[in-house]
Amino acid sequence: MAATALFWVFSAVVLLCGLLVVTRRNPFESALALVVAFFFLAADFVLLDAPFVALVQVLVYAGAVMVLFIFVIMLLNLRGEEPRLLRRVTPRVLTGSVVAVLLGCAALSVAFLQGAPSSPPPSLPAGFGEVETVGLALLGGRWMVALEAVSVLLTAALAGAVVLAKKEV
Amino acid sequence: MKVEISLHAVLALSAALFTIGVAGVLVRRNLLVVFMSVELMLNGVNVAFVGFARQWADVGGHLAALLTMAVAASEVAVGLALVILLFRNRGSSDLDDLTLLRG
Repeated sequence: MAATALFWVFSAVVLLCGLLVVTRRNPFESALALVVAFFFLAADFVLLDAPFVALVQVLVYAGAVMVLFIFVIMLLNLRGEEPRLLRRVTPRVLTGSVVAVLLGCAALSVAFLQGAPSSPPPSLPAGFGEVETVGLALLGGRWMVALEAVSVLLTAALAGAVVLAKKEV
Repeated sequence: MKVEISLHAVLALSAALFTIGVAGVLVRRNLLVVFMSVELMLNGVNVAFVGFARQWADVGGHLAALLTMAVAASEVAVGLALVILLFRNRGSSDLDDLTLLRG
């Protein structure tokens, strides 16, 4: 039961930091909470037998994406905006929260009522989720096309970001 | 390899994370925080992918999660470039100020 207990602890930290991301007025504090959430999510991935996904999560999300976010926040010199928000319950906060909770309940009911198995699988093959298994699955068979499409997308995003953010085109 | 954590726990975490992300997108007006909330939603989906991959011992879920991360990274790159552009032209990153297309 140690893994399950750890999973709940890490998940609680992730959800707490997610709530902080949404509720902090200062975008910089939101970004820092997001870094912590990504790190603990990576720990959850390790517990879920996905070590390679956890590695990429730390490298890409907690590393590259968050550096971009913090870089832009500091570049734009954003301070605590939205002073009206979260002091009191505005109609926007109310409707947004209600819609989100309803959507979450819908997702949960799909998961729990449509027969998602409750018992974990008896065992996993050796090396499941490690670099070799994931890499071989990625390079062989039907995931090849998706990999190539993503590589084209990354190139396009690189060029697009440079063109967009340049001062004089 | 012994497996302990049940799929229901994983799906609960996934749904909760997605819900927090949706709430952030709907409630917040700061463009950067909206982007961060979108990242939270994508991470919630990734959790579900990894959980299902483990349940059926199929690495395909891991691959889907990895491809999602790549798409999210490119989305952030282009999105933040757009934020810089908007801030430069209009001096604000508040979504309520972007009413150029309102009739």
